[in-house]
Amino acid sequence: MPPRIAEIHEKLKKRELSAVEIAKAYIGAVERLNPELGAYITLTPDAALAGAAEADKLIALGGDIPPLCGVPMTVKDNISTKGVLTTCGSNILNNYYPAFDAEAVTRLNAAGAVLLGKTNLDEFAMGSTCETSFYGTAKNPHDTGRVPGGSSGGGAAAVAAGIAAYAIGSDTGGSIRVPASFCGVFGLKPTYGAVSRYGLIAYASSFDQIGVIAESAEDAACVFDAISGHDPKDMTSDPFPRGKTLPGISDGVCGLRIGVLTNLFEGLNPVIADKIGAALGIYESLGASVEPVSIEQFDMCLPVYYILACAEASSNLARFDGVRYGYRAPEYRGADEMIRKTRSEGFGREVKRRIMLGNYVLSSGYFDAYYKKAQLTRGAMRRSFSAAFEKADVIVCPTVAVLAPKLGDMMNADPVEMYLTDMCTVSVNICGLPAVSVPVGADRRLPIGMQLIGAKFSEGLLLRAARAFELAGGVVLRPAVGGDPLAV
Amino acid sequence: MVIGLETHVELSTRTKIFCSCPTDFGGEPNSHCCPVCVGLPGTLPVLNAVVVEYAVKAGLALGCRISEVSKMDRKNYVYPDLPKAYQISQFDMPLCLSGLVELSDGAAIRINRIHIEEDAGKLVHQNGDYYIDYNRGGVPLIEIVTEPDFRSAEQVREYLEKLRLIMRALGVSDCKMQEGSMRCDVNISVRRVGDERLGTRAEIKNMNSIAFIMKALEYERSRQVEAARAGEPIAQETRRYIESTGETEPMRGKEDSDDYRYFNEPDIPYILLTKEYIEELRAGLPELPDAKLARYVSEYGLAAKDAAIIIRYPGLSAYFEEMARISGAAVRSANAVITSIFRRIPDEDGRERAEGLPPAGYLAEAIKLADGGGIPAASYKGVLDRILETGRPFGELYSPEDFAGIPADKLARIAAEAVAANASAADGVLAGREKAIKSLVGAVMRATGGKADPELAVAELRKQIEIYGGRKE
Repeated sequence: MPPRIAEIHEKLKKRELSAVEIAKAYIGAVERLNPELGAYITLTPDAALAGAAEADKLIALGGDIPPLCGVPMTVKDNISTKGVLTTCGSNILNNYYPAFDAEAVTRLNAAGAVLLGKTNLDEFAMGSTCETSFYGTAKNPHDTGRVPGGSSGGGAAAVAAGIAAYAIGSDTGGSIRVPASFCGVFGLKPTYGAVSRYGLIAYASSFDQIGVIAESAEDAACVFDAISGHDPKDMTSDPFPRGKTLPGISDGVCGLRIGVLTNLFEGLNPVIADKIGAALGIYESLGASVEPVSIEQFDMCLPVYYILACAEASSNLARFDGVRYGYRAPEYRGADEMIRKTRSEGFGREVKRRIMLGNYVLSSGYFDAYYKKAQLTRGAMRRSFSAAFEKADVIVCPTVAVLAPKLGDMMNADPVEMYLTDMCTVSVNICGLPAVSVPVGADRRLPIGMQLIGAKFSEGLLLRAARAFELAGGVVLRPAVGGDPLAV
Repeated sequence: MVIGLETHVELSTRTKIFCSCPTDFGGEPNSHCCPVCVGLPGTLPVLNAVVVEYAVKAGLALGCRISEVSKMDRKNYVYPDLPKAYQISQFDMPLCLSGLVELSDGAAIRINRIHIEEDAGKLVHQNGDYYIDYNRGGVPLIEIVTEPDFRSAEQVREYLEKLRLIMRALGVSDCKMQEGSMRCDVNISVRRVGDERLGTRAEIKNMNSIAFIMKALEYERSRQVEAARAGEPIAQETRRYIESTGETEPMRGKEDSDDYRYFNEPDIPYILLTKEYIEELRAGLPELPDAKLARYVSEYGLAAKDAAIIIRYPGLSAYFEEMARISGAAVRSANAVITSIFRRIPDEDGRERAEGLPPAGYLAEAIKLADGGGIPAASYKGVLDRILETGRPFGELYSPEDFAGIPADKLARIAAEAVAANASAADGVLAGREKAIKSLVGAVMRATGGKADPELAVAELRKQIEIYGGRKE
């Protein structure tokens, strides 16, 4: 698949199309397809055209233009955009217009990005299907009867359907990789601290990380290079200078040590296992070595994740009380009732469930049994991954152990069913590692993703490995809905 | 009576603890705010390094062990003045541990811990509505927690005054209780004399005046003693001090007990301090009040009581030292502060600021001269007052001859003339009306242009009155 961003960049540079023409083509496609896909919560055509006009001015000046300049993109609706509605997919923020841009957005604006709109997500990024959004479910472009995955489902659906060149998402337990896998696109969850979280409305602060959903590894590298790097406004942001990932992306995988995460292959859906097996074969043919690795206590990752993430969420979401901004219950007597009704009406079921879970595990008498134990296990898992990276440069496993579920299936099932969707992805967030999801094929039109996990700050290596696979065995999965807005 | 204190001290950093808003007191409501300190979604706290520095200095000054590894925690509770619905504080790994403050009666008050945290905003009740002012939100605080080592209200007073002096000497806080930059929670219980076991304690929250704390402690003591004598149980509860009555009352009962659900603040990495950093701050500590007091006694020969009064005001202490250095007369310099300067600046605030004083050398010149006997005792105070009043140097106001006095024979003549001119006053004195001599002294002073030593004048007048009386008989 040709890198989308480079393709648009070439068209702009060669003056085949102006940025405004490209923006108009995308806006038209979004307006045509979004009613069916529900990928966007808010469209920003005016901002897009204004951004494109700026880009055209820069291009008219001649000289070098940044690679993202004039390229239409989307931002997940839990990432602050100045003056643009930012809902977190929740009723409680149905009227919240941030006073500032997230740092990642500031950097993209500086790079000349063209914002098409804000994309759909599970409410406060809590979900794996995009179905907990207050603004309706986004649909999978490969089968609109199925979910796009979550929580960054809107962004993945938009990229898969071609109605955004790339999407900025966030990943707390798999929220970039799961929808990338279900929608057959590329997802990059960077190392914790690689991209500033400033302006990302927190779900679980020690897990959250902003990342990229794109058509290819090269596109993702291009965007990652623009948004990553130290931000003094985020104390958890990595202060060390790191090299750009794009320049070495075609260096191949010869000599790369690939560890296959055995914990996740037992009883795995045979089609998924086969597709990943074939990909591993391609890696071997390219000169990489493949060995099994296992992570101790891997089966503890879901409980650890849900205890710690919900604990942080219960605290992070306590500020939404209707006092200063956001939804306020229309009828109440006194401040206590106002807050109670606002939160009861403003939050959906899944969010309430996680707030209650979080408050429970933090309450005195339960703290040691849950939160503290989970923290200790988190430490043990980090050490276990560190040990595994002594033996392997990249760890491979499925991104999700299932194919995209039908709409409604998860909502009607036990919540634990949905939590299991994140089984392959949460360990990465627990340990603050970078990971990518690469499309490796499909089972009856439903895409399958392979996850590559690396040691901290090995984004360059992961993108290079993904790129090598794309070139040697990559698959192009045509969506049932969507296409290239720029195709003549 | 057994008392433990939790004292909140606002640090005088220029900016807030997690953002760059100013910490100035006052200002239009909500004018010192930004997205970070009003907790808008997506904002993140950035720990102000100066807050850590100030807190470490406070810890070192109170003899604490400084933690090389500490962390911030979230204290979760819902209140309208707390916009994030959690306060960023320190729970189980505070910055400073186990210090000590010694009191003048020999009591040693153990410091359990000092931690850093953010202040909350303020609720303003107006026209029947509540308004929120977030200017104070995010102002840095240290909380200094003692062990239950106080046995009297007086010890509490001394401790708080000492704490305030130390913080001011360090320059980390102005500790103005009336502006709320120093506030106290007091835990108090009573027990029988000789009883080892602590009684059930009550906590009196958020007091911002030493006088109120004194009154609250006295009230609580009698309340608890009476209850104990009557055999009534004392509830472990939080109480509030009522200024108008001087009593305490239980705070509105909460539906359930406080559970702050503390956990590690994920937005702020652990605070790591090197030994070098801590030792550098230790080496840079200024002279602390205890050392200064000892030095004033040993080096300047001041009475401990006088020294203690002067060191309460760092500005005046420095002024005193300068006067003592120039005049070489330390005790006289100290007295000049305690009498003349204090009389001129009667209020505490003015003494704190120590503003509007002439250069210390102006007074020192007079002090030096007086110390050598060059200024008669009777004129000395007037001289100091005049220098303070005019702000002009001694040399401009006086010449040495001013204090040479009036020759004895001339004084005798003037006194005799005064008696002759006002015989009725002389008669009055002879009749035992002592006050009558005043008008005669006035006459002598007028005649000498104020140069006569009033004491000598009185003595000479008495002599002349005797003569006048003898002559009369």
